[in-house]
Formats: sequence, C-alpha cells, structure tokens
Amino acid sequence: MKIYREIFIILLFSFLGEVASKLSGLPVPGSVIGMLLLFLALCRGVVRVEQVEAVGKFLVENLTILFVPAGIGVMLHFDLIAETWWILLLILGVTAALCQVAVGLTVQFVKRRYETPAPAVADNATTLILSREFIAEELTPLAKIDDGK
Amino acid sequence: MSHTLIHSLTGNLMFGLLLSIWVYLLGVLLYRKFPNPVLSPLVVAIGLGILFLTVTGIPYEDYYEGGKFLNMLITPATVALGIPLYQSLHLLRRHYRSILFGTAAGAILGVCTTTLLALAVGLGKLTVISVMPKAVTTAIAVEISSKLGGSSPLTLVAVIVTGTIGAIIGPWLFRRCRINDPVAQGIALGATAHAIGTAKALEIGKIEGAMSGLAIGVTGGFTVFVAPLVAKLLGL
Repeated sequence: MKIYREIFIILLFSFLGEVASKLSGLPVPGSVIGMLLLFLALCRGVVRVEQVEAVGKFLVENLTILFVPAGIGVMLHFDLIAETWWILLLILGVTAALCQVAVGLTVQFVKRRYETPAPAVADNATTLILSREFIAEELTPLAKIDDGK
Repeated sequence: MSHTLIHSLTGNLMFGLLLSIWVYLLGVLLYRKFPNPVLSPLVVAIGLGILFLTVTGIPYEDYYEGGKFLNMLITPATVALGIPLYQSLHLLRRHYRSILFGTAAGAILGVCTTTLLALAVGLGKLTVISVMPKAVTTAIAVEISSKLGGSSPLTLVAVIVTGTIGAIIGPWLFRRCRINDPVAQGIALGATAHAIGTAKALEIGKIEGAMSGLAIGVTGGFTVFVAPLVAKLLGL
C-alpha cells in the first residue's frame, strides 16, 4: 500500500496544480504549480521526502520515455515543417549559441563579483544526490554516468 | 489478415504501450554503444516509432490509444521534480545569485531571440509559438506551448533539437569565449539545453552537472512567465 499512498500524494498535488491553474487563469501550467506546491510542502514539513520518494524517483528517473508518444505525433505535422525545417534548425542553433554565451558570461560575472568561494567538499556531496536523482531522468540513458499534450 | 483483424490488434491498448517501450529500449541500447548526443534515446525512439508506423501503415490514432497512457504521466512526473529541487536546497541557497541571474538571462534571451528571429524570417504564428519555449525541459515547454495555442509535437521536436545542438556546441563555445568557471558552464548548459545539456555537463564535471540540473528547473519557472508575456506584447 505504500506505493499507492505515494501515488496518491503525487496525484493529489498534480490535481491541486491543475485546479489552481484553471481557477487562477494564469498561463502557468498546472504541472509547474503542482511542482511548486510539492516543493513548498516538503520545505514546510507537511510532506516528508520518504512519503513520496519511491514513486517520485521512478517518475523523475524515467521522464524521457513519457515523451515518445507525443514525439511520434510529429509525423502528423510533417507538412508544417516540410519547407521551413532548415530555417528552424538555423534559428534554433543561432539562438542556442547566443544564449549559452550570454548566460555563461553573466554567471561568471555575477559569481566573481557577488559570491564568496564555496568549500569544494560540500559541492561534491550534493552532486551525488543530484546526479542520481534530479538529473537522473532524461539522463539515465543519455549520460550513462547514470541520467511535455 | 483482414483489415479489421489488424485494427483489433493495433487498436489494442497494449499495442501503443508496447511499441513505445520497445523503441525506447532500442534507443537506450544504441546509445550505450554510441554515446553521441545526436543518438539520444528519445531521438532514436521517435525516429524508429515513426518508421514503424509508416512502414506498417498503422494509423497514429491507433498507436495513441495505448501511447496516451505514457503521455498522461507527464504531469505527475513534472510535479515529482519538486522532490529533487527540495533535496538540492542548500546548493540553491549558496549559488542563488548566479542561478537567478543566469537563468533569468537565459529565459528572457531564449524566448526573445527565438521569437524575433522566427517572426523576422516570416514563419507562421503556430510555428513561432511552438518554438518559443524551446530552451526549457520538455514537460514545461509542451505545457507552455499548448497553453498559448502552439503545436505540442512541434515544440517537442524544437526542444530536442535545441538540447542536442546546445550539448554539441557548448564545450567549444566555452573555450572560445573563455567561460571556464564550472558553475557558469553548468548553468549555461542547463538554461539553454535542458536535460540533454545536463548530460554533457555531467561529462565535464560534477559541479557542472549539478548546477545544470538546477538551472533546468529555474529556467523553466522563468519561461513560464516570460513566454506568455512576450506572446502578448507581440500580439501572437
């Protein structure tokens, strides 16, 4: 029953998020509101990590496969990009490069100017948690360091 | 076999699920052999899936009968991202300035440059809206796009292509522009190339990987607000 209880909690937050998104009329996806609500509930101790950990981990680590059906759906839209695909590719490439440089330089500037150097040990400890759990999902297969209607 | 018999097999709920999982497993196997960003399992799975349906002539609607179950799980899976966010709270606290400024710059620039360029070359409204949120993680991008009236599959493709490009050019750009700080490299990869960029960041180093992972979520959060605003301002 533990798994069903975890599923219940995560679905409850999904439901609350969807309802809040509809009622507020904000252009914010229900899933994002649900994520923030769950985050806040964890911060406040309303929900403990152990109460959602197993199912949460399964969902996060296997997020990528969920996009296969929607991705295959692009076959219905080939006409939409048949003539413009190379322009799109160019735009995506140019903007990706531009933003990457802009973000990198911004962070480098902000960090050197406003942040004190952090102890390296702590960083390593956190990365272990992160690389396994947060990043894990789409990356399980991708990184093989372990890695939306 | 008669047409109805084939339909009764492919219209079966299990068929779509089986095909989705099968092509994805093949993608994972291939990626293990050739760990190249261009061959990410999702890209291969989508390619194989389309190939299979096209060759066999099975309609997408039949496949989607089962496929929609995976699609339905996207919302709870996105909600579950709140758990790792909570678990990395202390990292978030220490580098919050870098993360906030970097991801805000990434979200605003990403949406604005893409939208303006796409409009400048005369792409249609549907296409422009669909590619607007291309720099954020798939779950959030598709939600933003569909809320604004874009096409989810097109957004999905734009997101995957962007992530792949970002992961390939990232290391080269960092050298050229002397971006050598691990935190800067990580946030730049996560904010512009989401999970595919994070895979690359993890290859570079642990700090890069962790910061990249955090940047995915925060950039997504910013883009949720930036994209509708830009769409409104430009009258899309």
